[in-house]
Amino acid sequence: MTAPAVEIDRYSVRFGEFQALHEVSLSVPEGAFVAIVGPNGAGKSTLLKALLGLEHSLLRDGPTRIAGSIRILGFPPGEVPPNWVGYVPQLKGFDRSFPALAIELVVSGLRRHWPFLIGRDERKQAIAALEKVGASHLANRRLGRLSGGELQRVYLARSLIRRPRLLLLDEPATGVDAVGEADLYRHLEAYQAESRATILMITHDWEAAQHHASAVLVLNRQVIGYGPPEKVLCHECLSQAFGHVGHAHQVILGGR
Amino acid sequence: MLEALQLPFMQRALLAGLLVGALASYLGVLVVQRRLSFLGDGLAHAAFAGVALGLLLQQDPLWVAIPFAVGVSLLITWVREKSSLGDDTSIGIFFAVSVALGVLFMSLRQGFAPDAVAYLFGSILTVTPTDLGLMGLIALGVVLLAPWWRYWAYATFDRELALADRLPVIRHDYLLSALIALVVVVSVKVVGIVLIAAFVVIPAATARLLSQTFAAMTLVSVLIGALSVLPGLAAAYLFDVPAGSAIVLIQALLFVLALLLRR
Repeated sequence: MTAPAVEIDRYSVRFGEFQALHEVSLSVPEGAFVAIVGPNGAGKSTLLKALLGLEHSLLRDGPTRIAGSIRILGFPPGEVPPNWVGYVPQLKGFDRSFPALAIELVVSGLRRHWPFLIGRDERKQAIAALEKVGASHLANRRLGRLSGGELQRVYLARSLIRRPRLLLLDEPATGVDAVGEADLYRHLEAYQAESRATILMITHDWEAAQHHASAVLVLNRQVIGYGPPEKVLCHECLSQAFGHVGHAHQVILGGR
Repeated sequence: MLEALQLPFMQRALLAGLLVGALASYLGVLVVQRRLSFLGDGLAHAAFAGVALGLLLQQDPLWVAIPFAVGVSLLITWVREKSSLGDDTSIGIFFAVSVALGVLFMSLRQGFAPDAVAYLFGSILTVTPTDLGLMGLIALGVVLLAPWWRYWAYATFDRELALADRLPVIRHDYLLSALIALVVVVSVKVVGIVLIAAFVVIPAATARLLSQTFAAMTLVSVLIGALSVLPGLAAAYLFDVPAGSAIVLIQALLFVLALLLRR
């Protein structure tokens, strides 16, 4: 019996007076594809940052109190072998003015630092990683000139090149068109099929989550629901997550 | 012109210009790309306060300015790490405090201070062997730390990714801010307090217009920073204009050319 991919035990984060996460407990088996959904400010990104071991370094203003524990593949977040975890950040934080080629970003995923020069073997590996997400033609394009969908594929290649056992994605489909989103799920499922990796993905697209995820976590500072999509995305759990029933129903289930 | 290079003080001026030009434009790449361009100005004024304190205490101004500017730089970084105030605000506060202290120190000193003017506007022709030795030492340090460029570049591209990959980003931030302060202080003699920020910002900004990669931007910036010193010094010698101004104007000219030529 191996350790679960992610084991969270009564994990709480408090920024000053603001309770970002309250006693979140969760166990994600290896090979699962978990969609994390919830309203804005529900602590989704905070949870992802905690899994990356970033909860201390990113917070400012006021004391931060953290309780509970997190284990990733048996390790505390700061001690997991770094290549075990892949991360696709939100694209909105991307600095388009930074002079870089797509292939450099992919190689940075391999090296865990920024390349000055790229060796022949690295170039091959990076092109192969881009190939897998249908983006090898972007290798020598400037990052700042890529579209949202193209950029997202380059970031995905960057995270997959280290062949992570756990892949974390923060709203990867935001700013990407429908075709790009369908591609994203296709690439994620292909990687999962060959690697048995675990995927945790924050998304606002409940419908896609329902179709592709093996489990859904509904988060609103605490766990509202966690389980197979058809059980979790029900009327009662959603209205609890969003406060008022009618509104939640409209917004989330879109009249279904 | 060439016979001028026989003169020891001209040789020192040239070497000092090349060293300071290369150092400031190398670190300037990180400063510009992290949107900290204002930091150059802030530290220049911390250097001013340090120089004024040195003059007041009748010590070599450089030796007082170095700890002063490095201290201010570390404090700026500390405020940036510990609060959600913007970088510009954090720098602006220390900028203002430094100017206030500098003016205060100057006023406490009896009589007018012509030597202070030399520091404000630079006097590259009075660079001493000691100044040069100090510049060489800092250059050596920066060269020895060159392998860390890859970490600094990574954290510049995306701080969060670098943190997620366990880079000690915060320690590197402090180190970088101390290095930048050192370079700014030793640049005082060459360009003067009023113009140091240009040395940090203009070559890097020019390089960004011309480069597709961060590595190229770094090399081009250092090249521009160092080479702009040659025509600048020549102009200073031939037309008897201030060297700092001449160098900075040449850098600005290159920037305009890059703006017109970029793809």
